[in-house]
This record gives sequence, structure tokens and C-alpha cells, in this order.
Amino acid sequence: MSYLSNILFALILIAGIGYFIRNIKKLIRNIKLGKKVDVSDNRSQRWRNMAMIALGQSKMVRRPVSGLLHVIVYLGFIIINLEVLEIVLDGFFGTHRLGLKVLPVSLYGFLIGTFEVLACLVFISVIIFWIRRNLLKLSRFWKSEMTSWPKNDGNFILYFEMVLMTLFLVMNASDVEFQALNSGNIISQYITPWFSGMDTSVLHVIERAAWWLHIIGILVFLNYLYFSKHLHILLAFPNTFYGNLKPMGQMTNVESVTKEVKMMMDPNVDPFTAPVEGAEDDVPEKFGASDVQDLSWVQLLNAYTCTECGRCTSECPANQTGKKLSPRKIMMDTRDRLEEVGKNLDANKGEFKDDGKQLLDDYISKEELWACTSCNACVEACPVSIDPLSIILEMRRYLVMEQSAAPAELNSMMTNIENNGAPWPYNQMDRLNWKNEA
Amino acid sequence: MSELLKVPTMAEYMAEGKQPEVLFWVGCAGSFDDRAKKITKALVKLLNKANVDFAVLGTEESCTGDPAKRAGNEFLFQMQAVTNIEVLNAYEIKKIVTACPHCFNTIKNEYPGLGGTYQVMHHTQFLKSLLDEGRLTIEGGKFKGKRITFHDPCYLGRANNVYEAPRDLIQKLEAELIEMKNCRKNGLCCGAGGAQMFKDAEEGDKEVNIERTEQALTVKPEIIAAGCPFCNTMMTDGVKAKEKESDVAVMDVAELIANAQDL
Repeated sequence: MSYLSNILFALILIAGIGYFIRNIKKLIRNIKLGKKVDVSDNRSQRWRNMAMIALGQSKMVRRPVSGLLHVIVYLGFIIINLEVLEIVLDGFFGTHRLGLKVLPVSLYGFLIGTFEVLACLVFISVIIFWIRRNLLKLSRFWKSEMTSWPKNDGNFILYFEMVLMTLFLVMNASDVEFQALNSGNIISQYITPWFSGMDTSVLHVIERAAWWLHIIGILVFLNYLYFSKHLHILLAFPNTFYGNLKPMGQMTNVESVTKEVKMMMDPNVDPFTAPVEGAEDDVPEKFGASDVQDLSWVQLLNAYTCTECGRCTSECPANQTGKKLSPRKIMMDTRDRLEEVGKNLDANKGEFKDDGKQLLDDYISKEELWACTSCNACVEACPVSIDPLSIILEMRRYLVMEQSAAPAELNSMMTNIENNGAPWPYNQMDRLNWKNEA
Repeated sequence: MSELLKVPTMAEYMAEGKQPEVLFWVGCAGSFDDRAKKITKALVKLLNKANVDFAVLGTEESCTGDPAKRAGNEFLFQMQAVTNIEVLNAYEIKKIVTACPHCFNTIKNEYPGLGGTYQVMHHTQFLKSLLDEGRLTIEGGKFKGKRITFHDPCYLGRANNVYEAPRDLIQKLEAELIEMKNCRKNGLCCGAGGAQMFKDAEEGDKEVNIERTEQALTVKPEIIAAGCPFCNTMMTDGVKAKEKESDVAVMDVAELIANAQDL
């Protein structure tokens, strides 16, 4: 055989990785549409969080069944990918099982054997995931935001993994030379009988087909990530790194407001003086967020990282009691709108053209925003440190400070605070009356 | 009432040129809400009993701004915060205790960025420290063997990781502490946070406080203990709605300790 297959392989690999890089660049550009936020503090704590939460899956296992299954699939995914290294090198050099040429048979067999066991475990776990999703119909996978694409996406990923694991095992089972070694074929030896009686040349074709489909499948899956909730396998790492380190109850103090409040409180400031030339630059166009560009880039990274598992929504007290709010939907809407804005940029040479739409109202309704109790259950539940509450708060800020669109009862609460220093209409001078009441 | 409460104000301390050990931040609910005022008084009795040198701001205290901030009104929040910080700093306050987790969270976490840094304790933490130091003892045993479940306030628990102080206190009562399905990190909200206390809930099929009360009632408690005046209201309403008020009491941890010794 000539170098044709090597060249074909190289071209497929370059195309697959090239398209992936192109989309990752787009992803980074979209995330950078968010506002700057300083996350340069506490590097060591951040590395620890990434190691524990993303790599160590510490929050996944809080739900033991799905947690354990996820750990298996995740470990399998990482470890079996070592095999991809061999496949890629074989593809480039036109070799077959390069590992056997550089490693002792026993070690090679141990590695492949481990991959085979993991592949089998992954296959079983993925089947259980599928059953949980489609037969047991776990309620968090059947909420109103989980129709059409989000629903299919979840299943496509499972099918992908089933096919990839099957191809890997079939590739080994139909490899006559590998089976003859009788080392590492822990699982595939039980598949080999399926091919008994077949001609060696047919087996070779099957083996080659499985090999090619496996590597092409991996490349397709890699490129599928950008369009899927499965992006979390990459973004969980930066997302847990940049996750919030402050106490959950601490909400950000808006700096631009601080400046204005300090000025208002300062008796030395003459309210009638003209603003200093150029000083206006610091004042943001608006308070709070009505669209994705008003959010911070970490919040946008959160949106791309969300894998729609729905743990947040299932813990949300508002959602549990039938309110419209679903923290997962907040994240999904943010990503969908961000993608829409990104496509708008692509279509208009990098210039955003007003499309008459925004995150508020067109995606997230006021009803959802006002249902939140700010209890942080969603933040606590997220296995990858996503903070839906911070987005809800930013949008409430827009509603209240830009649109004065708070519910009437909240307006009277705020008027009370303003006038008498309490959310109820009591006089501040009566604050100590309790002392003498029987 | 056996004796009059001693509730000195900061202004009085200042006039005498003295500084109290700790400032008791009463909060709006603790000052005005009839149910919460009982918690305030229970805490004061305990502070008096332990001879804690404390003071309140009285009429100089104002809302921390928590509900305004969580409703999205950052302007109003910061106006309140800056005003309060001016008062606190003028009195050179170092340490604050409060019976409201919302005030606790706001002063502890959100005031430092605006120039007000203090050591802030929730009253359950402070009472625990008084017991640990031997300044306060729990006598009586009125709650011995009683089934008590503790409802974690979101702004004390998840928001600030304080889970053990209130539980330690309940156990000191020799009561049987029973946990609900959702407790500690997984505690279920009472439905009042994020300014919900001051508005009707959005449309749904249930009120959050009913859901939480039902969770509490499944463990068959004699007392639902709370550590937040708003949780207290929500759970009390929930128990009433389930027509269980004759069997189940909703009480603040401070009230439990004060009642245990018939204060």
C-alpha cells in the first residue's frame, strides 16, 4: 500500500482539529464579550478547587448513583484516550499497534486490558444513564426547558459513547494478531467468537473499518462539543478555577454606585458643579444586565460550561413549588442568547447589529427573576461551580435601577427603607420601644 | 416579667466614656416584628444573665439594606450601608452580634468593601462562645429528651457555612436533635429570602414555607428551632397552615436556651 492512507489520515486529523480550533476561538471571542472582572486573587486556592472539583469530581459524588457512574465514564474517557495517542501515531506512520514495538508485550497487554475493562464499564454506565433519562424519566431531565435540542443532545452524547466504545472493542476483537498475543484482550476475547469462521481478509477489513470509524468518531465528537452541553468536559476546568471564592451570601458591591453614593453623602460636594471633562467615562451606560454583554465574562463562561444536568433546578425551592424559575434555564438562555449574539457578529463582520432582542424578556422573563429567594441552593448544587444566582441578581438590578420595574410590594418595601430605615412603615424613633413592652 | 431588661445604648456608653464588649445589632424584624421582638428579649435576658457588657444603637440603627440589595436596588443598599457604617465607625465598634442572619451576612460580608470591617457573630455563635467560656450555663433541663429539628437559615448556613453553633446549643439542652431530609448544605429555604418576605410569591402550585414545614413535620418534632426571624415567621405560618400549632412550636435557639432556665 502506498502512502495514500497516511495522507488521508493526516488530512482528516488536520481538518478535525482545525475546525475545532476555529470554534474554540469563536467561543473565546464570545466569552470576552462579557465585562472584565478581576479574578487574579488566590491562585493556589483556585488551583486546588480545579483539582478537587473538576478533576476530582468532588461535587459530582454528592449524588452517589449518578456521581459514581459519572466518575467511571469520566475516568474511562480520560484513560482510554491514551489509546488515541497510539491510533494517531499509527495513522501518521502507517504502522500497526506501535505500542507493541516500543513496550513489552506484558505492559502493552496490561494497558489495553485496562482500556478494555474501562470501555466495558463506560458502556454499561452509559446504558444506565440512558435508562435514567429515557425509561425512568428522572424529573430533572423532563423539565419544560428540556425539550427538542437539549433533550436530543443528552441522548446523542450517550449514543456517541456507546458507538465509540463498541468500535474500540470490535477493533481489538477482529485483530487476529492482537488476539493471538492473548494479552490484554480481557473483554474482546468474548467478542471474537462473533467473527468465527470469517476469512482473515474479512476480519482485517472489519478491524480497519473499526479503526477508521473510531478515530473519525472521536474527531466528530470533538467537534460536536461546541454545539453541545458536552462542552463541560473542557470548560469545567477553567470554570472551577475562576469560580467564586467568597462566602456564597456575599453579593458584589457595584463600584459605580459606590462612587455616586459617596459623592451624595459628601457634604463638600457641590451638586450643581458641572462634571469634570472626561470624568464621565467611568460611568457605565447602565446598571445591571439586560443582555449578555452586560454580564461578566465569568458568567458567560458559566453559561458555556453548563451541562444541563439540572441539579440546580431540582434543588431550587421556587422550582420545587411550581414557579417558573429554573436556574438551569437561566444558564441555557444565557448561552443561547450569547450564541445568537456571536452569530450576529459573524454575519456583520464583527460588528454587532441591533437585532431588537435581548436576554431579558426575549429569553428570561421577569416572572422567573422575581421568583428567586437567593437561597444559593442552585449554586451549592452545581458540580462545576456555576453561579446562576449572580445572573438573576444582575438582571434584577437592571429591572430596579434602570426600569423601576420592581413589583409594587417591593417598591413600598424600598420606600419604607428610604424613609424610615426599615422595610415596614415604622418610625425609626420607635426602634427601641420593645425594651419597655411587656 | 421578673426583672427589667438592661438595654443600654451606644449613646449612653459614649456619654460615660466607655466602650461595650459587643454591639447587639437588633435588626428591623427584631425591633418591630411582634414575634421577633420576643427573640430579641430572650437574647437580651441571656446577655444580662451572662453579664455581657453590650449596647444597642437604638434609634440610631437602620436597615442594613439587605432586602433592597437582593431586590436589585444597589443604590438604596449602599446608601443604607454607608450611613450605618458612619455610625458604627463613629462609635468605634469592633464586634457585633445579631440574631438576624441577613444582617449578619450583610454586615460581615458586604460592609467591609464599603469601609466597615467588624467581627460579626450570629447570636448562636456568640451564645456558644459564652457557654464555652463558662459565662453562661444551661440549667433546668426543660427540653431534655424533646424532639427538636433545626431549620438552617440560608444566610447563616449555605451563605456563611455556620451549621454547628446552633446544633451544639440544641444538644446542650439535652434535647434529641433530629435532622430533616434537607439539612445543612442542602437545607431548603423557608421562602422569605431575596426580598420574597415583602411580596407575594410568584404563581406556582405551592408556597415554599409549606413545602419546608411539611419536611419538618415528617420527622415529627415537638419543636422546630430556627435561627432567623424571617424563617421563624415562615415556619410559624407553615405550622398554622398545617393546623399543627398545638403540637409543634417554632422557637428561636435563643428562646430555647432562655426558656430552659426560665428566664
